[in-house]
Amino acid sequence: MKIANLSVGQQLPIRHFKASNVSLFCYNAAIWNPHRIHYDEKYTKEIEHHPDIVIDGPLQGDWLSQTVTNWIRDDGNLLEFSYSNRRASYLGETLYAGGEITSIDSDTNIVVLYLYIKNEKDEVTTPGNAKVKILN
Amino acid sequence: MNDLVSEEAQAWIGKSDDPVEVEVTRRDIIKYSIATEQRLDKYTSGDEAPPMFVAGLSREIIPIDDLGADGLPPASLVPDLPLRRVMAGGVSFRFHRPVKPGDVLIFNRTLSNIVGKEGKTGPLIFVTYSITCETKDGEAVLDQEQTRILR
Repeated sequence: MKIANLSVGQQLPIRHFKASNVSLFCYNAAIWNPHRIHYDEKYTKEIEHHPDIVIDGPLQGDWLSQTVTNWIRDDGNLLEFSYSNRRASYLGETLYAGGEITSIDSDTNIVVLYLYIKNEKDEVTTPGNAKVKILN
Repeated sequence: MNDLVSEEAQAWIGKSDDPVEVEVTRRDIIKYSIATEQRLDKYTSGDEAPPMFVAGLSREIIPIDDLGADGLPPASLVPDLPLRRVMAGGVSFRFHRPVKPGDVLIFNRTLSNIVGKEGKTGPLIFVTYSITCETKDGEAVLDQEQTRILR
């Protein structure tokens, strides 16, 4: 990847994600998160009043970061990354992650990206931003 | 809107949890990478941790009997505030160097700010936590800021 070949407005590759009971179990075990809304359907619906098992906000944050890491691979470093979980997502939903270049500084090789996760209704569930340094 | 945040609550600003020390293993990185469906070999082989691996690394591990009815450990660094509904705020990270197997990391979490504001739909309180992560040798790894919005 060469910075001269990048342009503002350029889209990053889109990737779809569909969490399953198994993938959510593995994720919450890996980060040691025992919150019942991620595996106990009866509790989630009856006590916390969600329509279904909740997909972790930080898991969507990770998927968002992968939009960047899978795009830059070893051609750059992720310097900064931010996101906010604006809308809950539930087991059964297919989400997709993407982004675009919002600024390029060819003096410092810094590229700024807008990132998003959207649901099947094309609503942004998780917007984010990243700053990467492209290596020469 | 200073009346939203009492003097007693203000006094929580600057308070910290006890530092958390974590030894990173290749197996932990691989588990995380598989669970998050990483695509780069350096992550799935455990040679390097994906950027967000560190974000989930300092969660509290306490006996099962001490977990709440929701499954979570009791929250720490939570001052008494007049608004109770928690909305997701933002999370931001500044990365200094990648995490590798064998790293021994020290996490420090501080309640860094509490601000009351009048929002469009009523009063809001923003509670910000700062988390720093460095190696045991003092090398900076990551700075994180996390905001919770109460309404």
